[in-house]
This record gives sequence, structure tokens and C-alpha cells, in this order.
Amino acid sequence: MDAIRTENLTKNYGKFRGITNLNLTVPQGAFFGFIGPNGAGKSTTIRTLLGLLRPTSGQAQVLGFSVTRNREDILRWTGYLPSEAVFYPGMRVREVLKLSADLRKRDCAKEAKTLCERLRLDESRRVEELSFGNRKKLGIVCALQHDPELLILDEPTSGLDPLMQREFFEILKERNAQGTTVFLSTHVLSEIQRSCTQAAILREGRIIACDSVENLGKTNARRVTLQGRFEEAGLSGIRDLTRRDSSASFLYSGEMKALLTRLAQGSVQDLTISEPDLEEVFLHYYSEGGEGK
Amino acid sequence: MTIVKHELRQGWKNLVIWTGAIGFFMVVCILLFPQMKTQAADMSEAFASMGAFTAAFGMDRLNFGTLIGFYGVECGNVVGIGGGLFAAMIGITALSKEERDHTGEFLLTHPIRRSRVLTEKLTALLLQVLVLNALVFLLSLASMVVIGEDIPWREVGLQHLAFLFMQLELVCVCFGISAFLRRSSVGIGLGLAIGAYFANLLANLSQDLEALKYLTPYGYTEAAEIVTEQCLDTEKIAIGLGFALIGVAAAYIKYTKKDIH
Repeated sequence: MDAIRTENLTKNYGKFRGITNLNLTVPQGAFFGFIGPNGAGKSTTIRTLLGLLRPTSGQAQVLGFSVTRNREDILRWTGYLPSEAVFYPGMRVREVLKLSADLRKRDCAKEAKTLCERLRLDESRRVEELSFGNRKKLGIVCALQHDPELLILDEPTSGLDPLMQREFFEILKERNAQGTTVFLSTHVLSEIQRSCTQAAILREGRIIACDSVENLGKTNARRVTLQGRFEEAGLSGIRDLTRRDSSASFLYSGEMKALLTRLAQGSVQDLTISEPDLEEVFLHYYSEGGEGK
Repeated sequence: MTIVKHELRQGWKNLVIWTGAIGFFMVVCILLFPQMKTQAADMSEAFASMGAFTAAFGMDRLNFGTLIGFYGVECGNVVGIGGGLFAAMIGITALSKEERDHTGEFLLTHPIRRSRVLTEKLTALLLQVLVLNALVFLLSLASMVVIGEDIPWREVGLQHLAFLFMQLELVCVCFGISAFLRRSSVGIGLGLAIGAYFANLLANLSQDLEALKYLTPYGYTEAAEIVTEQCLDTEKIAIGLGFALIGVAAAYIKYTKKDIH
């Protein structure tokens, strides 16, 4: 059984596009990254999976349950961290955690205490006194305290300082090792590279790539950085060219022989040809027409 | 009952303020009665010369020199307007505040059926209306004892019962509207309550507008009719409860399928 499976899932807001014919499979136990630029439809996908939005067409199952018919079953075994965690004013952290546990009819006091200690969250603080980062921590504890089978995290690290980010990912890795599926939506590509085994890239409401992170990072393009004089005119396959003083840098996906011939014709003092980093590859996907590698 | 407790905890300050304010004005009005009673003849003459205004508030059919006559006009308006505004306000924000304040995402990503959320929220609303009315009723009775007047149990009881029905109707209708709203909506609720109040005044002024009494919940709270008939207008109350049921049904139909943003 897959943790998440969607078939031609579509959600429109009137005339506006949300997601279109989304086919996504997240295996159980995966640490899955979900990436895409702003407005790509990441939050719409997540909200549809959680039953906050009704699909316009298509089907989706989470943990084997239908998002339209078995919403409560999905939510019982899922922990969700929204991108902007908002809580009821006037409540203290411990009251919010108790409310969340009561709504699940569970006693999560012990786990909540452990998580608060690890994330250094003061349970006696009032919600309105919390900084953005501390509100995020409270959202994390709410999502994790009932030991869910699936964690859906929308931009989880925004607002967290680097130390807390590290601790947070430690917790996620521990949970993942225990069998929890982690579905992580983020803009931060290094988080995907560091933690996720698989990822899907969303652009304009459609999935344009879905594979292991390793495979997604593979590309025929090379980053060429050189010092000296070089004439690129007429050479096909050059992108992202930047020149500064006597140096130049560009992504090259054309024929290597043609590049080497052209370099030999110029006066190059220093040359580096390397694989582009993951961020460059993803930016290529994000950009218009970047569906190929 | 988690959501009922949560809603009551979130709304208790509001309830205390409204109960305190309505109760305070009720007590002050009743405490003023002994002084008013001595000037009853002058006041009746003054009101008689106010024409349509007298009819609008039912003062042409009530004797200001009696406690129930005075209570029906003065105190009735305090509970009528205050209680109506309170009921409309808590009803109209009950569901819309979750989207306005973005707390709906927290609440509705827990494993609870939306119909359960609605039932518990409605229960909390009804409890708040009941508590406000019970406390105001008790304060009124205590004030009557303090000024040494005999309590006209039947008339006062019927009047407060009518106000309770009126607030229950308003809270249920506003609850239904709340399911369709996403943003701050207090103005809609307050406008509805005030509009209903003035609709009743207009119906009192003109025979042609008599039908309005069947639409507005204030139509069956008229002290002049309750005191003279010694009973409630069950026909108008039944229509009012019909509107209340429509409001609740609309909330269940809409909110169980609504997209939460």
C-alpha cells in the first residue's frame, strides 16, 4: 500500500488553476520531497490530500483511505504542519497541545513533553507571545505528538534557526527510520538533497518530474568556469552565461568536442568543467520549458 | 464535547461582558421603577401625545404605572436589543472566524467529522444564549424583590421565554449564514439583528406592514401582546423556529462540503 496515491487529481478555484491531472505516488516509509516555485500548487495538493479542499476531479488516497469518503481515517494517522501555523489566541502552548490531543482522543502528554524539550519550546508561554519560529515549533509538536504514520509538512523550516532545523531533521530521520512516511514540501533544495530519497517537482499545477533525488540530479549539462578570452558565438547548448572581468561561467549541454575546439581557439588560462549542483538542476526544471534534462 | 468546552472557554469573556451589560441596564431600569410609578400619570399623558412613537413601542397598550407595563417597554427593549445583538454576533462568527483567523486549518486537520464540529459549535452557542438569558432573568427577579414589588411571574416569565426564542432564532439563522462566509462578518449579524428590530417597529406603525411581524423574531416578543393575551403567539414562534431550522440545515449542508482556505 502506498502512503499517498493520486490519479488525475485536479483542483480548480473557479477559473483559476490549482492542480491539473496530478499523478503522484509516495511509497510507505519514504522520505519524499515535494518541490516547486510559489503558486505551483504544492499547498493545494496538500490541502486536497487532507480533505480541506474537495477535488474538482480525479481520485486520491492517503494511507489507503479516500480523501473524499474517509477524511477522518486519514487525519487519525496523519500529522500535518501548515506553512503558517496559527492557533487560538489566549491559549498557552500546553493548552494547545492538550486540545490537539483531546481532538484526537489521545493522551500525548509524555511525547509532547519530550518534543518540547528537544525543540526548546516553553509550554507555559501564551500563543500570542510566540515568535514565528516558536509558533512553528508548536505546530511541529502538534503534528508529531500522536506518533502518526504519515507526516505532511508544508515549508517546515521557515522561521527555525539552524540549530533547531538540525534538531527537527534529526527527529524526522528518527521517525522515518521507525517507519513513518515523511512528505516534505519545501523551497529549500538543500533540505531535499540532504534528507529525501525521492522527490517530485511541481510546476504550474502539474508534476514535471518524479524520481529518486539521485536520478533527478543527474544531467548531461556541465558547469564550465574559465579564466581568459572565449568567444561563445555560434556554439549551441550554452545557458546561464555570466561574464565578469576576464572570467566566464555557463551551463553547457552541447557537444563536448565542439566546446573543446572553441576553447582551444581562444586563450584560456584556467578551466574547470564540473557537474552542476542540484539547485542548478532544479532551477532548470522551474524555468519555462525546462522539462527535459 | 472537546469543541463545546473549547468554544465556551474562548467565548466566556464575551458572555460575561454582554450578560453584565444587559443585566446592569435591566437592574437600573427596575430600580428606577418606584420613582417612575409616582409620576405615572404625567408619563402616560406625555406618551399619549407622542403619536406613532407610542404605538411603535407598544406604549399605547401598556400601563406605565404598573411594574409589568414599565418592564415590558423599558426592560424589554434592553433584553430585546442587547440579547438580539449578542445572539447575532456569536452566531455569525461561529464558523466564519475559523477561516478569518486561519484556525480552521488547525481544527479541521484533526480526525473529527465536520458535522460533529457543527453540532458541538451549535451546542456551545445555545448554551451561551441560555446562560445569558437565565442570568438576566434571575437578575430581573432579584431587582423586583429589592424594590419590594410583587413579581408578575406569568407575564415576566412569558416575556423572557419569548426573548429566549427570539435569540435562539437569531443565533441559528446567523449560524447558517456564517457557514457561507470567510471573512469578518460581525457587521452582517448586527445588521440583521437591528434590521429585525426596526422591522417590528415598522409593523407596529402601519397595518400594511403587519406581515413583517411574521418575518422578524421581534414580532413575537411584543410585551403589549404578551401582557394582554397572557400567552405567547405560538404561530409566529413556530415560523421563527422554522427559520432557525433552515439556518441550521443550511450550515450542515454548506459546511460539510465547503473548501477551507
